Amino acid sequence: MLSETTAFLIFSAIALVGAVQVVTRRNPVHAALWLVGAFLGVAGLFLTLGAGLLGAIQVMVYAGAIMVLFLFVILLLNLDATPYEGLSVARGASLFVAAATVALIAVPFAQAGELKAAATADAPDLPATAGNVANVLFTQYALPFEVVSLLLLIAMVGAIHLARRTRRDEPV
Amino acid sequence: MVPQAWYFLLSALLFGLGVAGFAARRNTLVMFMSVELMLNAANLVFIAGARDYLPARGSACALFVIAVAAAEVAVGLALVLAIFRLKKSVVADDVRELRA
Repeated sequence: MLSETTAFLIFSAIALVGAVQVVTRRNPVHAALWLVGAFLGVAGLFLTLGAGLLGAIQVMVYAGAIMVLFLFVILLLNLDATPYEGLSVARGASLFVAAATVALIAVPFAQAGELKAAATADAPDLPATAGNVANVLFTQYALPFEVVSLLLLIAMVGAIHLARRTRRDEPV
Repeated sequence: MVPQAWYFLLSALLFGLGVAGFAARRNTLVMFMSVELMLNAANLVFIAGARDYLPARGSACALFVIAVAAAEVAVGLALVLAIFRLKKSVVADDVRELRA
């Protein structure tokens, strides 16, 4: 049984290497496959944190469904060559923005210390098992849950409408 | 036990990589992948922050983020398809109708 620190180091290395490759690979198919690696690394971190349900959902929804969607679209577009990415004027600026973002997020978090508060009777400190998560989801978070289902429905209708071939753009 | 700050630092790095990818890449598909990286980093903060405090609720919040990410990818990729049909390109710089 490997220790939590070892697991953290292994999974975070997987996630970081995957993320770096996503950003730097020229071929979008390669980027998509590296993204699977990054997602699996984050799923491992969820397991390390004791959120096994979220780890499983991460593998199924992200590494499974969303990734297949990306690969399907790359397939549909049938890009014969990787489109030329001109020398972005903003490349230096974007690196600066990214570094500034990391600093702005990391510094306050590092100073915050451990987030821990006593559980109360109103909010008992339950482990993140599937049953407990479902219990929270269908009681306290019932309204957001319904709103999210509505959002998914709207997204589905919108995606079908946007991707449908209309007569207007047929001759192009 | 691994301190939460390590997870937060890792999540900040993942988010920063997503920002860099979104800003520097011009291929819209890779830009969407970078957005997914940022959403994943946010989820990591939810789960790590909730480890010692209401873990079930943290998982529920992360679940909502995943649902929003799925909706965003569906609409975003449909947009990429629609733009590709008009422009025969997925490069963001080729879509400049609103530029004077």
